[in-house]
Amino acid sequence: MSFPWAKQYQPTTEIGKFFDKQLPLPRFVYGALGAGYPTPKNLNYFYNFGVLAGVALVIQIITGVVLGMHYAANTTVAFDSVEHIMRDVNGGWMLRYMHAVGASFFFGVVYVHIFRGLYYGSYKPPREVLWMLGLVIFLLMMATAFMGYVLVWGQMSFWGATVITGLFSAIPVVGSYIQTLLLGGFSPDNATLNRFFSLHYLLPFVIFGVIILHVWALHIPGSNNPTGIAVKTEADTVPFHPYYTAKDFFGLGVYLTLFAAVVFFAPNALGEVDNYIPANPLSTPAHIVPEWYFWPFYAILRAFTVDFFFIPAKLMGVLAMFAAILLLFFLPWLDTSPVRSNSYRPLNRILFWVFVVVALVLGVAGGKPAEEPWVRLSQVFTAYYFAHFLIIIPLVSRFEKTKPLPRSISEAVLAKYGNSAPGVAAQPAE
Amino acid sequence: MATETRPLDAQLPVEGERRRDFLYVATASVAAVGAGAVVWPLINQMNPSADVLALASIDLDLSAVQPGQAVKVSWRGKPVFARHLTPEEIASANKVDVASLRDPQSLADRTKPGNAQWLITLGVCTHLGCVPLGAGEGEVRGDFGGYFCPCHGSHYDTAARVRKGPAPKNLEVPAYVFKTPTSVTIG
Repeated sequence: MSFPWAKQYQPTTEIGKFFDKQLPLPRFVYGALGAGYPTPKNLNYFYNFGVLAGVALVIQIITGVVLGMHYAANTTVAFDSVEHIMRDVNGGWMLRYMHAVGASFFFGVVYVHIFRGLYYGSYKPPREVLWMLGLVIFLLMMATAFMGYVLVWGQMSFWGATVITGLFSAIPVVGSYIQTLLLGGFSPDNATLNRFFSLHYLLPFVIFGVIILHVWALHIPGSNNPTGIAVKTEADTVPFHPYYTAKDFFGLGVYLTLFAAVVFFAPNALGEVDNYIPANPLSTPAHIVPEWYFWPFYAILRAFTVDFFFIPAKLMGVLAMFAAILLLFFLPWLDTSPVRSNSYRPLNRILFWVFVVVALVLGVAGGKPAEEPWVRLSQVFTAYYFAHFLIIIPLVSRFEKTKPLPRSISEAVLAKYGNSAPGVAAQPAE
Repeated sequence: MATETRPLDAQLPVEGERRRDFLYVATASVAAVGAGAVVWPLINQMNPSADVLALASIDLDLSAVQPGQAVKVSWRGKPVFARHLTPEEIASANKVDVASLRDPQSLADRTKPGNAQWLITLGVCTHLGCVPLGAGEGEVRGDFGGYFCPCHGSHYDTAARVRKGPAPKNLEVPAYVFKTPTSVTIG
């Protein structure tokens, strides 16, 4: 750990000392999530969402492993085995709804987590690797969620698999070979379903591994905070335990209450009814849409309807969709402002909220049929999405006049509660 | 030993190429080839298996299909549309300036000589692989009277050529032969 005042683990029992010498796992946990991790004392509830995302993954793994005991990855029986889980397996309906709703909640929590990182500048130095590991987790989540959705082998499963693997056919020359390789055939079939089941079971554990790296990278500089300024003294921090364990448990209680409300009272509210129709390769549903958490990217995919010079519209759409996510990897270098938190960036804060609205509108447009006004709207907002990262952020970070930063986290906290102290001129975040 | 003529390691030049460098490169190269040989089967197992590749061709009887109608059959897990064009549909397809198309092909390029009224294509949109509407009775046929893909809004004309929307190519024409004037073998 980085801060010299971090408390050290002191085993008190004989067995504690014994393990500390041979396998210091309690020491590791103490330093990562216990009193040995000094944390900025001004973290708000947005900082609960990392832990919530971890809990959401654990819920997915546990419910997924038990669902795997009843599911059969074969096209002739896959759909029926899901219905078997819903109707015959003891409590199967609840486990499946927890898994399906859990996926939506996992994405919801992760989107808030990413929003938090964007607003408070958590992607900026010295946390670029932490940010990029988070994006790797996000990409793995998308792959896992997509393959899990195919396992149901309903109409949306089948046609979603057709469309998403069809993306790879846009690659010049080798595209159709890659698509055939991914599908194990010329259209989604038994080979596809089997490999998706295998990978859907594997990837959550890969995600778990990357989360360990993510938390490791977090603990080198320590958590960012709503002021964005670095921790300077021990007075700026409190130990993670009991302060943030308590706060996280409270947030977790709220989260699980909402989760249970949806699982028990509106389990299909976030899903598509068409996926309760068994897959039919000869009939496409009138309106293919992915799950809601892919809608903004789906809107970008569909926004390209005319060829650009020599690049076909289809390839442009695919490139744009992947670029929309990959751009985030470069964000720490596109945003060169030394001030992290948008609380001290008056112009960037407004433009950030505009971007949030743009992303949400793209989300709405992605869930609608490919017709006007949604196509035109997607095109305009897709253009703005890229302009935000490639033009607006670099320019604003160069020319913006930022507000004065407080001298320390403690000073900011005291100023907020009436015990005001004069600010100093804007200075680099370090 | 007095007869030792090879230089000791310590006497080898530190800079420049050494005999040991060659051994390192040679070892790494052999290991890379070995790793590649092991990885290839792990990748190749994902390609279509023998039973998937061994799908036979199919025979299709067209005698019951009236002008203006179409039938949909499954071939290699994909739908095939066989459409009996009306004279008006043929005329409208031939009226288009081929050079103005995204994927320039005339109706004659896409049918068999002497059987220009039979338009046989895959029912797979060339955008992302959905099944276009228009082959079934009462389905939407899009702005150009052929097929319409509901997924992302590609419109195909009466020769199943893309006219509007994100699809880059015309609907693919599979390999087929007429066995009799009213029956074909696809594949």
